[in-house]
Amino acid sequence: MCKTHSIPAVVVLGAAMLAMPSTSAFAQVDLTGTYRILWHWDITKRNPGTLPGDYTGLPLNDAARVRADSWMPSLWTLPEYQCVPHPSTYAERGFSGANLKLWTQVDPRTQQVVAQHVLGTVGEPERFIWMDGRPHPPEYAAHTWLGFSTGKWEGNTLVVETTHLKESYLERVGPQQSDRTVVIDNWTRHGDYLNEITIIYDPVYLTEPVVHSSAWVLDKRIEFLRHPCAPQETTVEVVRPPGVVPHMLPGKNEELVKYAITYGLPFEATRGYAEAMYPEYMEKLKTLKPMTKESKAP
Amino acid sequence: MMSGGLRKSRWSVGIIGATMLMFGLVTPSMAQRRPHPSTDNPPVILDGNPVQALFVQGSGKTRIYMLAGAGGNITLQVGDEGVLLVDTGTAPMAEKTLAAIQHLTQGLTDQPIRWIINTHFHPDATGGNEVISKAGQGVAENISSGGIPIFGRRNEAQPATVVAREAVLNRMSAPTGQQSPTPAAAWPLLTYISPKQGMFFNGEPIEIISMPAAHTDGDSIVFFRHSDVLSAGGVFVTTSFPVIDLKAGGTINGMIDALNRIIDITIPEDHQEGGTYVIPGEGRLCDEADVVYYRDMVTIIRDRVQDMIKRGMTLDQVRAARPAIDYEPRYATPSWTADMFVEAVYKTLTPSAAPVKPQNPANKGAGQRR
Repeated sequence: MCKTHSIPAVVVLGAAMLAMPSTSAFAQVDLTGTYRILWHWDITKRNPGTLPGDYTGLPLNDAARVRADSWMPSLWTLPEYQCVPHPSTYAERGFSGANLKLWTQVDPRTQQVVAQHVLGTVGEPERFIWMDGRPHPPEYAAHTWLGFSTGKWEGNTLVVETTHLKESYLERVGPQQSDRTVVIDNWTRHGDYLNEITIIYDPVYLTEPVVHSSAWVLDKRIEFLRHPCAPQETTVEVVRPPGVVPHMLPGKNEELVKYAITYGLPFEATRGYAEAMYPEYMEKLKTLKPMTKESKAP
Repeated sequence: MMSGGLRKSRWSVGIIGATMLMFGLVTPSMAQRRPHPSTDNPPVILDGNPVQALFVQGSGKTRIYMLAGAGGNITLQVGDEGVLLVDTGTAPMAEKTLAAIQHLTQGLTDQPIRWIINTHFHPDATGGNEVISKAGQGVAENISSGGIPIFGRRNEAQPATVVAREAVLNRMSAPTGQQSPTPAAAWPLLTYISPKQGMFFNGEPIEIISMPAAHTDGDSIVFFRHSDVLSAGGVFVTTSFPVIDLKAGGTINGMIDALNRIIDITIPEDHQEGGTYVIPGEGRLCDEADVVYYRDMVTIIRDRVQDMIKRGMTLDQVRAARPAIDYEPRYATPSWTADMFVEAVYKTLTPSAAPVKPQNPANKGAGQRR
């Protein structure tokens, strides 16, 4: 049940992809093209999404756990949530098939690359990765779902730093990332395969960085359709008194044990402690009591 | 969770949207995604001045900027008729704030600072009133009585006019013969007591909307209708938990009401982003989604404290339970800790809430109302 990867695991994956025989496009630093996402790992988290209480693979602090525990899916019935897109940390690997189109924007006067564009299929997130050396905005500038990204080439890898992200979710079952999150993406093309290693730093909710990887394969058949979502597309799905924000009070969320019970795991192992991300934890896991249908919520 | 009828309505929207696409009726904002809003608008920086300006958006020749670094955020509207400010930052920063304003507006208007609106009485909102208003020039005709200018003699240059809730004046002034907390030259002398006050400046309607018993007892938010920018003052900040000034009549439910009112006014452009921009009292430029997340946080903490009160917990027990723990790493500050915030919430939700310092009755009715 491989979830979010540790750094060594990502390195091994990258090495394995390097060893793959490349076919047609061998332009190592030209990322242009349309790509179909590969769903080979973390599938339950990525599509359709995992069960409540699954914080595995995440190095959460206590604040993050309390916040995730109080989250309710009903929040998404509020009109102001119905057009919220994935943040960039999730859009490129998340729900519904995150196929990508990449192209470069050049200055016609100099032919210098100004930006690398990355367009996704779900909600049409279009990232502008500025390659012209411009600085990030000051902290008091607006934050967006996709953030402000700058990139530079390190060998054949495009290294992208993203700041100015809005507060959003790490996973769609409660764990959040704050608006102080900084993300480093490493994009590398291996023949027809495109690999992205994402490192998420959040001083508010993480005890150490989250590292995950995603991959795509070149596919010219991918179509990108319009996917606007404006306020007129939102509805009041559940009529409530004004000002109600759905959430669970501390200690009242009985859904949190579902994941542990479904997979026969100890509750502690599902709670998002950093140690549970590493292979050494398997020894500790053997000493913990798995949850069953008869178990009571801790 | 979605009813059949509502599903149908979504289908209808989808069909309308598809039709719009077929006939090319898609607006420019829907036709392409735009880069980060500050991409083409880097901050305006004056060498050696910590007060910096960020263009927000505007309408026609009228432009709205957010000034950061002055102690509290300042909203600046500039156009053909001159400059309007919402709040003036702290007093120690006033000269630098004024320098930044003059640098920024050079070339954008040949008219002076005309209006200052104070969102509340705290020194981070009103501290620059005296210095900055004196550098401006009020529109005396607008505040005259029977053709006689109220503030001084005819043809004498008047400072920019300061507008606020009447409670702001009451808290900044004192009865005759007593020492006032602020100099008279800093007072708002055009006050209002109605739920909303309107004005028209630089070609756009401006709403000054009262937010009762929120951060204080005299809060206003200011909405620039054409520019689609809302200045939130003390009822919304991104740098801390909401500061509830109990002694000045602030309450947690008033804060939540104010945040929900802002959400009612704001309209995002696409994918819950952009559209109406919100300039907080402190912190970064925001849009509706940022206010929504903040509203959620404040509401959730209020609900937890309310539940603990219902279960008979004392203030010490509530504090020990840390009902704001999940937001502490983000919003707790040394000057406004989670404990202080929780105590303020608790006290405004219990019958024995901290008594509100009454407004000075001697000043009731002071100031001029439009």
